[in-house]
Amino acid sequence: MAISPQDPRALDDEWRELFEATDERDVPFTTLSGVPIEPLYTETDLPEPGEIGVPGLYPFTRGVYPSMYRGRLWTMRQFAGFGSAEETNRRFRYLLDHGQTGLSTAFDMPSLMGHDSDSPLSLGEVGREGVAVDTLDDMETLFQGIDLGEVSVSMTINAPAAVMLAFYVVAAERQGVPADRLAGTIQADILKEYIAQKEWCFPIDPAMRVMGDMIEWCSTEMPRWHPVSISGYHIREAGATAAQELAFTLKDGLTYVEQAVERGLDVDSFAPRLSFFFNAQIDFFEEIAKYRAARRIWARELRETFGAKDPRSWLMRFHTQTAGVSLTAQQPLNNITRTAIEALAGVLGGTQSLHTNSYDEALALPTEEAVRVALRTQQIIAFETGVANTIDPLGGSYFVEALTDEMERQAYDYFGRIDELGGMVEAVKQNYPQREIADASYELQQEIDSGRRVVVGVNDFTEGDDGQTPILRIGLEVEREQVERLAGVRARRDGAEVEASLAALREAAAREGENLMPYMIACARAWASEGEVIESLQQVFGGFTEQPVF
Amino acid sequence: MNAPATQKIRVVVAKPGLDGHDRGAKIIARALRDAGMEVIYTGLHQTPEQIVETVVQEDADAVGLSILSGAHMTLVPRVVELLREQGIDDVLVTVGGTIPADDIPELKELGVAEVFTPGTPTQAIIDFISGSVQEREPR
Repeated sequence: MAISPQDPRALDDEWRELFEATDERDVPFTTLSGVPIEPLYTETDLPEPGEIGVPGLYPFTRGVYPSMYRGRLWTMRQFAGFGSAEETNRRFRYLLDHGQTGLSTAFDMPSLMGHDSDSPLSLGEVGREGVAVDTLDDMETLFQGIDLGEVSVSMTINAPAAVMLAFYVVAAERQGVPADRLAGTIQADILKEYIAQKEWCFPIDPAMRVMGDMIEWCSTEMPRWHPVSISGYHIREAGATAAQELAFTLKDGLTYVEQAVERGLDVDSFAPRLSFFFNAQIDFFEEIAKYRAARRIWARELRETFGAKDPRSWLMRFHTQTAGVSLTAQQPLNNITRTAIEALAGVLGGTQSLHTNSYDEALALPTEEAVRVALRTQQIIAFETGVANTIDPLGGSYFVEALTDEMERQAYDYFGRIDELGGMVEAVKQNYPQREIADASYELQQEIDSGRRVVVGVNDFTEGDDGQTPILRIGLEVEREQVERLAGVRARRDGAEVEASLAALREAAAREGENLMPYMIACARAWASEGEVIESLQQVFGGFTEQPVF
Repeated sequence: MNAPATQKIRVVVAKPGLDGHDRGAKIIARALRDAGMEVIYTGLHQTPEQIVETVVQEDADAVGLSILSGAHMTLVPRVVELLREQGIDDVLVTVGGTIPADDIPELKELGVAEVFTPGTPTQAIIDFISGSVQEREPR
């Protein structure tokens, strides 16, 4: 029997009649974020062809580059850092010797909060979740024997990012490498700290100034440097839905663009250096749709709203990390499967680089074996599965395109609500995104507690957990040794020079419109510690205490 | 709930140390509040001294410490020690977060009543706190 062309809507109706005569399983058919999902998507769900387009051309729904993984695979960038600068330096050199070309630095909690290792507030936390860096001396040790003109270095630090960058620039200068040759990324995304990650030093307005100073300084002095990585990762980990991650992250990014333009910078002078960082959660298609929508929204806003002319300004390039919160402490080997599926979503969503979590991370920092399995997971996706053979293999999928449109619609809904509150900075001050995230995370927990949403090994299929996973432990001697190192630096340096550099910084901070980067670099050269620089600025700016919402 | 408001269980939910992972603490605070308890959430980045001060000022029946930074073996003993120095022995101390199984016996030895690891249903925590507090001081 020949199949005759038929009106797609009539065909849909015909199918629906057949479908409705059948029974459905009694479960909620929604994404992890609660988006209702239809039983079937058809060609009537596709957007206008121009919205999908082709990779490498506006609006970039299908990818930022014309060749994507046919040209070059994504960068497998595993984040590392623990203990002392010396230990992390050994790990870095090991990674470089084994072919890695970029380094990614994790700092410990005191460094992330701007506290020195000998502060009473640092007790028990030094070198525990990352490397401890107190002064230029630690920064030099961290990169000893590594040519900073040759490697690209990523630094995950936010509130005190400008101080850490000053240490880095001076460390490179002492190696003979000028700032304009340095390549890499510093996270420095301060809005998401107040929204989600909660590592802050100052009230939000001066924090935005310090960040703006750094972006402005980098735009002229460090042309190869990415001065901010606009991050949805932590927003999602804090409990946001996919649409909230998308909307709040992009709105943060648009706010930074707005601030830089207000300072008089030409949008095309810095926008090509902006990069993004997203989460990859376990709801496969929702994540892919999120990345595709993100690219389209960013391209449109940069071109249409900010009038960027350079096509590189329209490109949203992003790093992806699989979801730490999706990992379970129960039956940890199952996490390898979760991470593989999440990583695959990142790849099918067109990520530029990827970090895969280790299966034991719901228990502690990962062991070497667990880290190796995580990297192997990416290699299996890259070299065995064939998914990198063609660009955006899911492009044109009725479901994926419809879900991409839905993500975009929800993001613009949030943009509208944030604008009504007076913009993102104002919305954050009013705890708006914080409250939305707390509500979403509470609702998800209730779904899990009630058993409506199954988490394998946690609220169903719970037999078979032997609790015998070996974990990595970090000794307390790291803290003692780091405190001694810092005391050594304090004893060797010229105290009057330190005090003069800090006083100059305080005076500059009190003057509006003065860029603080050169003053921080002078503090770094005088061997001032991170805590001293931050405390000096706090004398002018004040500190920050959250009014928590739950 | 027929009990008068003055007899509500008072719980301090606290985030000692520097880690900003407050998702769990906020979910627990809200769940305990929804279960009819009086919840005081300290917010982030609290020193052991600040936490103990809050416990005293709020006349709390229980304190829940949420730690995901790996610093629990430094911070929890300090909180317990400070409580003892203040002569407080009737406050239920619980800990939640990424706590390796091997550390749990030592924490309990110190006087921690229970340790809740990732994946614990919120109802289990509510039941434990209300059961233990009522057992300690029948109201």
